[in-house]
Amino acid sequence: MTALALPTGEVDTSHGPILYLEGVSVSFDGFKALNNLSLYIDEGELRCLIGPNGAGKTTLMDVITGKTRPDNGSVFFGQTIDLLKLDEPAIAAAGIGRKFQKPSVFEKLSVFENLELALATNKGVWPTLFAKLTSIQRERIDEVLLTIGLIESRWQQAGDLSHGQKQWLEIGMLLMQEPKVMLIDEPVAGMTHQEIERTAQLLLSLQGERSVIVVEHDMEFVRSIAKRVTVLHEGSVLTEGTMDEVQNDPRVIQVYLGD
Amino acid sequence: MKSSLAKRCFRLILFVALYLPGFGSAEDTATSDFTSALNKIATASMQEREAAVQQLISLKEPRTLLILQGLLDGQLYKLRDGDKLVLAKQKDKGFSLTDAANGDDLGTKESAEIQKIPLNNSLRVLLRKSLGSLQLNSNEINTRIEAVKAIAKVLDDESLKLLRDRLAIEQESIVQDQIKLVLALEQLNSSTKSTRIEAIDLLKDHPTQDVVNRLNTLVEKDDEGNYLETDNDVRNKAKTALAAINAKISLYSGVETLFFGLSLGAVLVLSAIGLAITFGVMGVINMAHGELMMLGAYTTYVLQQLMPQQLGTALILSIPAAFMVSAVVGIAIERGIIRFLYGRPLETLLATFGVSLVLQQTVRSIFSPLNRSVAAPEWMSGTLQINDFLSLTWNRLYILIFCLLVFMLLLQILKRTRLGLEVRAVAQNRNMAKAMGIPTAWVDAMTFGLGSGIAGVAGVALSQITNVGPNLGQAYIVDSFMVVVFGGVGNLWGTLLAGFSLGIANKLLEPTAGAVLAKILVLVFIILFIQKRPRGLFPQKGRAAEG
Amino acid sequence: MFKQFYEHDKAAFWLLTLIGGIVFLIPTANIIFPEESPFHVSAYSISIIGKYLTFALLGLSLDLVWGYCGILALGQGAFFALGGYAIGMYLMRQIGTRGVYGNADLPDFMVFLNWQELPWYWYGFNHFWFALLMIVLVPGLLAYVFGWLAFRSRVTGVYLSIITQALTYALLLAFFRNEMGFGGNNGLTDFKELLGFNIQSSAVRACLLIASGLALMLAFVVSKWVINSKLGRVITAIRDQEARVRFIGYRVELFKLWIFVFAAVLAGIAGALYVPQVGIINPSEFSPLNSLEIVIWVAIGGRGTLYGGIIGAVLVN
Repeated sequence: MTALALPTGEVDTSHGPILYLEGVSVSFDGFKALNNLSLYIDEGELRCLIGPNGAGKTTLMDVITGKTRPDNGSVFFGQTIDLLKLDEPAIAAAGIGRKFQKPSVFEKLSVFENLELALATNKGVWPTLFAKLTSIQRERIDEVLLTIGLIESRWQQAGDLSHGQKQWLEIGMLLMQEPKVMLIDEPVAGMTHQEIERTAQLLLSLQGERSVIVVEHDMEFVRSIAKRVTVLHEGSVLTEGTMDEVQNDPRVIQVYLGD
Repeated sequence: MKSSLAKRCFRLILFVALYLPGFGSAEDTATSDFTSALNKIATASMQEREAAVQQLISLKEPRTLLILQGLLDGQLYKLRDGDKLVLAKQKDKGFSLTDAANGDDLGTKESAEIQKIPLNNSLRVLLRKSLGSLQLNSNEINTRIEAVKAIAKVLDDESLKLLRDRLAIEQESIVQDQIKLVLALEQLNSSTKSTRIEAIDLLKDHPTQDVVNRLNTLVEKDDEGNYLETDNDVRNKAKTALAAINAKISLYSGVETLFFGLSLGAVLVLSAIGLAITFGVMGVINMAHGELMMLGAYTTYVLQQLMPQQLGTALILSIPAAFMVSAVVGIAIERGIIRFLYGRPLETLLATFGVSLVLQQTVRSIFSPLNRSVAAPEWMSGTLQINDFLSLTWNRLYILIFCLLVFMLLLQILKRTRLGLEVRAVAQNRNMAKAMGIPTAWVDAMTFGLGSGIAGVAGVALSQITNVGPNLGQAYIVDSFMVVVFGGVGNLWGTLLAGFSLGIANKLLEPTAGAVLAKILVLVFIILFIQKRPRGLFPQKGRAAEG
Repeated sequence: MFKQFYEHDKAAFWLLTLIGGIVFLIPTANIIFPEESPFHVSAYSISIIGKYLTFALLGLSLDLVWGYCGILALGQGAFFALGGYAIGMYLMRQIGTRGVYGNADLPDFMVFLNWQELPWYWYGFNHFWFALLMIVLVPGLLAYVFGWLAFRSRVTGVYLSIITQALTYALLLAFFRNEMGFGGNNGLTDFKELLGFNIQSSAVRACLLIASGLALMLAFVVSKWVINSKLGRVITAIRDQEARVRFIGYRVELFKLWIFVFAAVLAGIAGALYVPQVGIINPSEFSPLNSLEIVIWVAIGGRGTLYGGIIGAVLVN
């Protein structure tokens, strides 16, 4: 019962982008959730995805993280890693982390334990059974606890946290995984204004180091962090550009406001 | 066979005479002759009785057949008081009597008041043959066919002649075929080669066990290694005929296996279809489903106890009754327990398992833990004999039809009624349905009642093929779940297809693997199948199914 | 160390003390006090108590998979029965020529069925060590193969429950068959001796009780350790958010498989301790109802607590 060989080592980003999606289509019972979608994410880039409900944002994340298999198209991580050949844990181990729309922390475990589980380490069965935290790992957890502002509630059950705190814990777990690409689905839903600001700061601090893809409805938040914005509509990319460009695009206005 | 040649001739003449035109001119004297013949049968010695029987045969009275049959079957008695001949049937402690001469009902008598008319062997032989000839000329087609079959078993020159004569005047092709078949079998003994070949040609198209046996003797060798049939052509002809017949037989046995499979499938579908509603549509794992079937079976039993005279009516009545009983119990379970557990399948499973134990125990204390057998009405017992190699049992045939009817009805309810629409709406999106003003609690109760009621109806069907006991439900619950899961949860057509295919698979495997191993193989197959397609044959797709 | 443990987990401490007390006191009471004494414990009671201890172990094993990992396995009884059959086969081979037919090589039921030689899968069961190995290996291997198939294809929830039920049902049918070579309907019984000692004697019964108690204590301590390890937390996380665990890089199926196999082995051991104490193993142990009953023990005792399974098993019985 040893862990299967996971692709390790550096992700080959010699051509710039770290994530390639080309011609990806997904359909559920005839409904095209993604329709021949192509998207490239550069290394260290912070990209925002917006689009009306049903535009395919969540499905897109499902495809990248291996939850949903596309009918067509290719998804590559760097130049060499074909994500369609990997399952969820393998993709996670390769360096793609995800925060879900609905906070899905492990409610029965403490905040500390939640982070401990997410910690980037050997996640095979036997190593996990005999795992002991090293002092470096403890420090790392403390560091993240500080970052997400939960150092005080480290022994609290995650289920007892407020909605905003759960969102933070999710982001913390994502940080613990030390992924190269972070997919963040609606990070600020249910947060107070202050919390939103801190989240924006955190995400901004990550860019350069990691690629971050944020799906968000809160336009103000998007404006505060985004350099490049991609608009999805009916499963394809409608347009791409800076926030200003996008907001003034008549097609985008039509999509959002209807006709 | 001790009958002398003289006697044979005498009878032959009689037979021929019986059908000579103008024989009816003796009509006036016939009635008195009939009465005197009957009197002789009642009173005379054994020797004279034979003569009297022959006299009776010679009179073309319609009741003759009945009287002679009664005599042969030991149902012909005479009253100790007055020597009147009667046909007696045992009933309770006495005998119910009818007048042999005219069929009048004579009420019941003690066995001491009547005396059986004795028989000896030679009389018995005489009776069999003469009954055959009488029946052969009966007006009833079925009687004639039976007669041909009976005569074929005691073939001699005389009966052959009888058959040939009948063939000459027979109008019905079914009877003709039957006679030809018997004659052809006889022709195989002919010394003429062409006659034998002709016979084989005819037999080829009429496969019966006798034909197969007879043809087999044509291609077999004796102990010294010589063929019993010396002629090559005849032998080859017989071989090809046998091959053709065997092909037909294997086809029939295929059809039979298919039928057995379908009927087993029908039972599976019946027991699973209610579950397909409660489990499939509502997502409730009802471990008490088997016990709801058991209740249906017991309802049938109770109704039969209430009206032991009319088994058929009781059975028909028990369909709605069982539906109601199980539906009411089902609704009670839903309102009392399950509704507090929606969305918690494992708790539901345990709670309903508890209910199932309670129901079993209740039935045990009311009806005793022993198995009860439910009688089948006449029209459900027996077989539909299609030919020598293919017969279908009526009860299974009815259950198959019944299963399809129930399925169609259920489909129509779900498709065309308001309740069906609401059920589907709630199944797809409970909150949305609620928001639109559908009384979801009521719909849940009704859906569960419907599923449970159908379980009760399935119980009625089960009572016809198995004993009714407190453990009846348990035997079917695992199978039912398998069928639903195999078919794909939430899909009635899937359930139907799954039930039938599992039934057929079971029966196909049975001859080679044995019944138990076949069942194990099917279970293992399902376990493996679920690995490949975790959501069954017809999975629900899309976002809704992800949850 | 005891004090530390006591303060860390009082319930566990008292439970272990209780089991330890039973293991020590009951056999002592049987030996020391004469039969007339009110403190005397009869050999029969020893078997009964020993039997409950094996049930408790069985309950504990199910609590691991159901209570902690959320796998409602309705086939835990199958592993119990397999362990029982493994020890039963050893005990059958120990009968030797003392059977009704006096055949040194074949158990009675095989002689009865006119079998000429021992089936290959009975080889080795005349050795105690081999039987011990099989008690662990057979349930473990079945759980491994079955679990690997099921968890890999992500069969979850009620579907998993139903196919585990199908598994034990299929085994029930299979073991009923005479051709299987496990005594068919009647199963294995009429055992004479265990390791050369009369299986009916009070001393052997007392030893079996002690063995059951120790096995339960050991299993409890090991399970506690597993649950408190990081693996235990992953298992709990899988119960509550299976998909999420995948996305942080754990191979959920392997973790489930590990705990499933571990629990199956515990159940097998429980079965192996049970059979010598009741003197019979037959196919009805595979009945789906038995497995459901185990679920009820755990449900009553409280799932996800370890001692819940133990308490439930004893309470219900």
